Amino acid sequence: MPSSESARVGKWSEQEVLDRIEAVRRRAPRLRDDAINMSHGAGGKATHTLIEALFRPAFGNPPGDSAAFAAAGGTLAVTTDSYVVSPLEFPGGDIGDLAINGTINDLAVGGAEPLCITAAFILEEGLPVETLRRVVDSMSAAAMRAGVPVVAGDTKVVPRGKGDLIFINTTGVGIVREPERMGLARVRAGDRVLVSGTVGDHGTAIMLARGDVDLESDLTSDTAALHRMCAAAMAAGDVHLMRDATRGGVATVLNELAQEADLAVAVHEAAIPVRDEVRGAAEILGIDPLYVANEGKLVAVVADADAEAVLAAIRRDPLGADASIIGEMLPEPAGMVFMHTAFGGSRVVDMLIGDPLPRIC
Amino acid sequence: MKFVDEFRDQQVAARLAKLIAEESAGEHWKIMEVCGGHTHTIYKYGIEDVLPANVELVHGPGCPVCVIPMGRVDDGIAVAMTPGVIFTCFGDMMRVPGSSGSLLDAKAQGADVRMVYSPLDALRIAQQNPDREVVFFAIGFETTVPSTALTILRAAEEGVTNFSVFCNHVTIVPPMKAILDSPDLRLSGFLGPGHVSTVVGIRPYEFVSKRYHKPVVVVGFEPLDILQGVHMIVRQVREGRCEVENQYRRIVRDDGNPRALESIRQVFKLRPHFEWRGLGFISLSALAIREEYATFDAELRFQVPGVRVADPKACQCGEVLKGVLKPWECKVFGTACTPETPIGTCMVSSEGACAAYYNFGRFSRAESRLKVLQ
Repeated sequence: MPSSESARVGKWSEQEVLDRIEAVRRRAPRLRDDAINMSHGAGGKATHTLIEALFRPAFGNPPGDSAAFAAAGGTLAVTTDSYVVSPLEFPGGDIGDLAINGTINDLAVGGAEPLCITAAFILEEGLPVETLRRVVDSMSAAAMRAGVPVVAGDTKVVPRGKGDLIFINTTGVGIVREPERMGLARVRAGDRVLVSGTVGDHGTAIMLARGDVDLESDLTSDTAALHRMCAAAMAAGDVHLMRDATRGGVATVLNELAQEADLAVAVHEAAIPVRDEVRGAAEILGIDPLYVANEGKLVAVVADADAEAVLAAIRRDPLGADASIIGEMLPEPAGMVFMHTAFGGSRVVDMLIGDPLPRIC
Repeated sequence: MKFVDEFRDQQVAARLAKLIAEESAGEHWKIMEVCGGHTHTIYKYGIEDVLPANVELVHGPGCPVCVIPMGRVDDGIAVAMTPGVIFTCFGDMMRVPGSSGSLLDAKAQGADVRMVYSPLDALRIAQQNPDREVVFFAIGFETTVPSTALTILRAAEEGVTNFSVFCNHVTIVPPMKAILDSPDLRLSGFLGPGHVSTVVGIRPYEFVSKRYHKPVVVVGFEPLDILQGVHMIVRQVREGRCEVENQYRRIVRDDGNPRALESIRQVFKLRPHFEWRGLGFISLSALAIREEYATFDAELRFQVPGVRVADPKACQCGEVLKGVLKPWECKVFGTACTPETPIGTCMVSSEGACAAYYNFGRFSRAESRLKVLQ
């Protein structure tokens, strides 16, 4: 009986079929949907397609969490983000500190020192002022802790039913001291991939807080500002690229990295830090913590020789105690992320498809 | 983590793999895992990397989402689009394409479609929204039937009048028979479904060993369960035995769960026939709600088109479900049919063979392994 490895489809062998798929995957994505659905906001493949096929052609931006541009006397970074999380308040944070921390992190992973933030609020008629006060107080406290002021704002109110209590849009501005230090072009085969702590805490905490599933735990969101950790990492060694692993989780960040750098990422399952509560919830719900959102986790690509030094620097930060080297960049198969399972096998880690957890940030 | 890590131990896996390699040597083995959960485990942990090349795993028909035909998806969408309805279903079901779009598309067009983890959640939504009609899209083999049955019993007990079930429950034995009767597949044995067997026990598979002379081992869903199951099949054949064995003893009792079976009998009856995606009509293979509980039957409560829709021509889900084709051997696999724009059901569910292979297994094992090990 012929084994499957010698089977063919017409003139195609399995490897040729796989090569053809990779060629298709590398083509610019096409947006085929007639209407926006929730998966376009989930941070995975549909979001990627929306950005690549609609926004990027219109605005022509390079990839990244913030944009750097030359200004008189230096390079500035700017980023913008909207927050629509439900519920507004969750264990470990609320929409307010989430907005501040998320904006700071987008700047920080681009190598920028955050200077200031603006905040625009879209409020729904009927929102209790007490709720708004708590959210704003928590924003103010987060900004104070980070040492980054909120310098301008805007408020709009929409009729009941046209919003969901509070939406916040923020813009952050920072200064990039060494614009040439990091970038996709600096990522090369042999680089090591670090993550600054346990993955999947935020998304899991939100899901449990929402009460859709009858599980209880003390798990809290990891929302935190990472700019000090990012600065420490860069000071400790040759960091080639940093990303903030939010929606779509670490898996999505690694896939973007593999595709944009045209390299492979190999990760070791056993090296990925995951809290027992998160693993337990993920086992029960059939989701993978690698795809679950974080709001205070850094993914860094570091020159092999400096990986241990940067890891040590991240671990010295109070937010980085569980940091770990989870994998490395390889030349082949370019554009792909794969995992050595703790079981001794291997598998592909693809981008998130669909939307397991809507409105988590 | 306790009760998880023990079943994923790499050293134990290596020992089992060595035994399998030694005892299976000299011939090609084709072992079908019936259940989609097993397919998922096999790809998620890279079990094929651990098995010797002469042991081939063939993916079977036991993915509940994969076997739903297009016409039933259309019926579900028609109910979901009915004004005043809150339509609830499991997450996977939302992306399954009907003849014009999925439930996710219907949601984007204004239908109130909500994901639930359990039919009891749907019942709770009904109790919280007494002015709305709440419908649960029930799918699955005997594993999920008892929870639907208990939900209907509770709805009756509590006098809930705005709740109904669009029943698409199916049973596992008929498709196994269909596969065994199909001439194009020569199998060495079956890894029997784990969760289905918690309900039905292991006796319903005796026809496979007695009449078709193929060994069956009911296995669990951890990677070591699968390896041990493969080893037990090889051992049966080597020792000249052919029987139904239970590897998943920590969960599955040989007689199943009598209370769950009783709840199924109380609420459901067999349909004369039901269409399976890719497999066609199979008689006495699916369940309908009994007359006593007809008030909870969405098919009676709503107008559904009830039209049979042929699968898209390019789609070869049927062959994949029967194990005749490997996912990559389908003409549209990975090119026209991908998880984001699926043509067939096998590409939708995380338990579908195509989705599992695309998401987890999509690279040349031999080549990549070499690269990785360097």
